Amino acid sequence: MNIFTRIGVALVASACAASCWADESEIQLKDGPAAATVRANCSTCHSLDYIQMNSPFMKRSAWEAEVRKMMKVMGAPIAEENVLALVDYLNRNYGVE
Amino acid sequence: MTTRRVMLQALGGLALAGDGLIFRIARAELPQGVIDAGVLDALPGKQPLIKRTYRPPNYETPVAYFKDVITPNDRFFVRWHLANIPTIEVSAWRLSVGGDGVAQPFELTLDQLQRDFEPVELIAVCQCSGNRRGLSDPHVPGVEWGYGAMGNARWKGARLKDILARAGLKKETVEIAFNGADRATLDATPNFIKSIPTWRGIDDNTIVAYEMNGAPLPHWNGFPARIVVPGWTATYWVKQVVSIRALTQPLASFWMNTAYRIPKGKFPLVDRFVSQESDTSTPITEMVVNSLITSLTEGQRFAAGAPVAVRGIAWDGGYGIRRVDVSTDEGRTWERAELGADSGRFSFRPWQFTYMPHAKGRVNVMARASNAQGATQTEELIFNAAGYHNNVIQKVGIEIA
Repeated sequence: MNIFTRIGVALVASACAASCWADESEIQLKDGPAAATVRANCSTCHSLDYIQMNSPFMKRSAWEAEVRKMMKVMGAPIAEENVLALVDYLNRNYGVE
Repeated sequence: MTTRRVMLQALGGLALAGDGLIFRIARAELPQGVIDAGVLDALPGKQPLIKRTYRPPNYETPVAYFKDVITPNDRFFVRWHLANIPTIEVSAWRLSVGGDGVAQPFELTLDQLQRDFEPVELIAVCQCSGNRRGLSDPHVPGVEWGYGAMGNARWKGARLKDILARAGLKKETVEIAFNGADRATLDATPNFIKSIPTWRGIDDNTIVAYEMNGAPLPHWNGFPARIVVPGWTATYWVKQVVSIRALTQPLASFWMNTAYRIPKGKFPLVDRFVSQESDTSTPITEMVVNSLITSLTEGQRFAAGAPVAVRGIAWDGGYGIRRVDVSTDEGRTWERAELGADSGRFSFRPWQFTYMPHAKGRVNVMARASNAQGATQTEELIFNAAGYHNNVIQKVGIEIA
């Protein structure tokens, strides 16, 4: 009840439906052919709000650079044949191009 | 422990009132995706903070909490790079002191760390290098912080130089490196190990802290001990520290050689980190002078003819705040604010100013801090690709009715 008491039951009740409670498991990525691939590859190391948080201001080249950085620097075992689909998805749903 | 989370945008992204507090996110400047993903969430042992990412956990402190000069432990921001953050059992924790730059490596228990070395206390700002990254224009990738990736605490600990002296620090040492107990999910991910130049390591004010505001450090802020490098950005304040190594060669790692670097010559900084400099870039060092208005919120309404209390905090890289000026006419004229109690040159410095609005309409209130080096906040962003050192003069628009 901590947050209820902090910000007021009435305010919460009037401002949001049951869906307003959230945690990592409830992060909703946008639908798309590669959404499952994104979830499988990215959520090994970090929550998917990293993607939402970095939007929408990155160009396709910036999203590709992020995916490559995760592979080359952070050691993410992303298969090369998945890179195009990942970048397409990120750019279409969370990019500016 | 149950945590409760509430979507900020479900509440309109506007003022949330509770415990007499009102805070808001500067939604006009943060990327929309940050606002959509932002929630208030209470990590175990913490008050609700603004969640930026769940895993690794990155949570910032709402601006209203900075009305107090000391940031309470349960309101202190949380920033981790790696997702596996172990719960530390004191009985099992050891601090290893070694490296090729010492003659006699040894280990310390927490009890030994607390008893064997003279305790020192100091108040210092811990600010993420990327604080305000989310306000960068253009936006840059990273954790999209607003104003709250910082806090000010009274730290108690042992001087790093005393610990190094017991190990027999060699004069060939160029850097002191710190490793925490946190680990990445994948072995292939670079471990988060950071180093500082030896001269900064043996500075009297660099400590291994085991208390924060008179209590053990919260788990999320590095229990049982973290490095405190007053004046320097928090990237060097390694949490859950388990290893201190004196190195006779510069540390080679992603987190030193690629990350946390700024272009050379763009910022009015004094401290250099020569052993890690390249032709074009240098590791980030001390914080730039900055300030935050804490008493006003965007769109807040006031009556013409009644005084408006403008209050805030100012801080810098440890030179000391010399003055804070306030403008209510878009920076054409500035008036001096009154500085509050001085808690030391590494602390937030409170300030206040009384503004008497006469005409109705919208007024942008701006604050600008200057330090003992003569450095001041910038009118235009000094853009850099990582979004560091954002000390653009803040503007809060209020309505005079």
